[in-house]
Amino acid sequence: MNRPRIAVHKFASCDGCQLAFLNAGEALLTLAQRVEILHFAEAGWIDPFAEVDVAFVEGSISTQHDIERIRVVRESAKFLVTIGACATAGGLQALRNGVKEAASWVADIYASPEYIECLPESRPVSAHVKVDLELWGCPVTTEQVLAATASLLNGVMPVNPDEPVCVECKRRGHACVLVTQNAPCMGPVTRTGCGALCPGVGRACYGCFGPAELPNAASMAKHFEQAGLARRDVARRFLFITSTAQPFADIGQQYRDKEHD
Amino acid sequence: MPPSRFLPHSALQSLIDVLAASGYAVIAPQAREGRIVYEETFQTAELPWGITLAQAAGNSRTTKGTHKQAFAWANGPQALKPLLFAPREPLWRITRQTDGYAVEAIEPPGRPLAVIGVRACDLAALRIQDRHFLGGPCPDPHYGGRREGMLLVAVNCTHPAATCFCASTGDGPEATADFDIALTELEDGFVIQAGSPEGEEILAALPLQEAQAGKIEAAAAGIRRAAESQTRAIPGQNLRDALMARLDHGRWQEVAERCLACGNCTMVCPTCFCHAETEQPELDGSGSLHSREWDSCFGERHGHIHGKQLRPEISQRYRQWLTHKLASWHDQFGRSGCVGCGRCIAWCPVGIDITEEAAALLK
Repeated sequence: MNRPRIAVHKFASCDGCQLAFLNAGEALLTLAQRVEILHFAEAGWIDPFAEVDVAFVEGSISTQHDIERIRVVRESAKFLVTIGACATAGGLQALRNGVKEAASWVADIYASPEYIECLPESRPVSAHVKVDLELWGCPVTTEQVLAATASLLNGVMPVNPDEPVCVECKRRGHACVLVTQNAPCMGPVTRTGCGALCPGVGRACYGCFGPAELPNAASMAKHFEQAGLARRDVARRFLFITSTAQPFADIGQQYRDKEHD
Repeated sequence: MPPSRFLPHSALQSLIDVLAASGYAVIAPQAREGRIVYEETFQTAELPWGITLAQAAGNSRTTKGTHKQAFAWANGPQALKPLLFAPREPLWRITRQTDGYAVEAIEPPGRPLAVIGVRACDLAALRIQDRHFLGGPCPDPHYGGRREGMLLVAVNCTHPAATCFCASTGDGPEATADFDIALTELEDGFVIQAGSPEGEEILAALPLQEAQAGKIEAAAAGIRRAAESQTRAIPGQNLRDALMARLDHGRWQEVAERCLACGNCTMVCPTCFCHAETEQPELDGSGSLHSREWDSCFGERHGHIHGKQLRPEISQRYRQWLTHKLASWHDQFGRSGCVGCGRCIAWCPVGIDITEEAAALLK
């Protein structure tokens, strides 16, 4: 029997989500036996145009070349999975979207800015091609990626939990940092998947998995403001890792706009 | 009821020791990270001595005070629920065979628990959970296995929080039934009584003193004050018809503007029993693990049927929760699903108050 063929592609990103595969330990050996890995540059396989059953895509679409490349990846894959906040929501680098001084920033930062060829906006993969499954997270976890892969290998659509972090936090018996510390925790409006990592060590969730299924971002923002957070800081809670994802984008923008009211 | 005796604070360790020697893992309250948690306890020094708990809507803080009691607080975010209805546990494993598949049931760990510090509200919730998990034709073996071996040491509540309203639901502050041992804490120790033959056996092994009339009266007065000091109340013990007649009330939309749909109220509610089941296939294709985990009616999958989400709006999800808890629960269990513990008020990040919402809906 032919093994399913997979590819792991990288676009504009820090490479951290691919580590979910590389850090899988023994499971990585199992995976390598179950599938044929044709392209995974970080792990050594290079064949970017290979036809595959499943393409995992890390990173956002940030250059003209990225646009051309993601189209090829889409055409060569039967099933396309985005892994992580960059590929799914544009990532941290999407903070440049809509910034008026973007060009001068490039000149300020790089010695030879003429070599930087960026699109004005960093956008998610889904803005350019059809995506079959989006795995959120900054980074995605090994458990998340392997669970999705195992389901796909069994021929079923993976379960992709979208409940708020709070539910997992309570299952794990963590102290609620909102209620016990008045911390600006994004857990109530943020998608689960991390295992309630930050509240588990006593700090506020910063929303790196993006919006939960039915997030009341307006009430969350109002609560942060009433709890003493400056409007600018409320905006920053929403405009961070997944700043293009709704409703975080709109609420963040509202609070940024009325920063000086 | 057998006569009350007195256990001085200095002899409390004997209770832990006797329970441990009887084969129990002893679970007792501890103060940790601004709340009270129930964890395995070996020494009385681990108990929350001198701890005061201040709870308000959306707020919970512990402070170390100068008093000399260990149970001078109302409750923590959880008590018995996670000890019996596990937040997440595997139920069975299915393994691929050459000629089909095999199913192996996964038994829960069998260590019996003795829980010290159970409140009257939690005992009331336990009766509901028992009926839900064990009352029907198919008793739940995981819940049942843990429940069967559990020994309950109630501690009557003498320090209700501002969020408490058990007096109005009729569930507290005094534990009146379904405990093995009940304590009422005084300045220097506990008035103690047994509620079962097992409890009587444990008490027989403790260095108890005769409880003087003054101590018994002081204990009763403490419980009485706990009831009288409660400022919140649910507006009626049976709101079934009133709420069902108000399914189109404008208040549902108003509360939905504040409600985060985060599910915290359902996670801390000691009577909420909803769960979801998940399948985790092995990467090598050899089998799959089937697990159960706490679920919430504020989540997507709770209202999802094939091809349709029945409750796409937060107002509908809040209404589902409140009308189940306070209305249709009567059809299911012959009583309200609310025991007045106030957890959903304290642990709601935006402080939505079930007593206030119920009152507003009745208007």
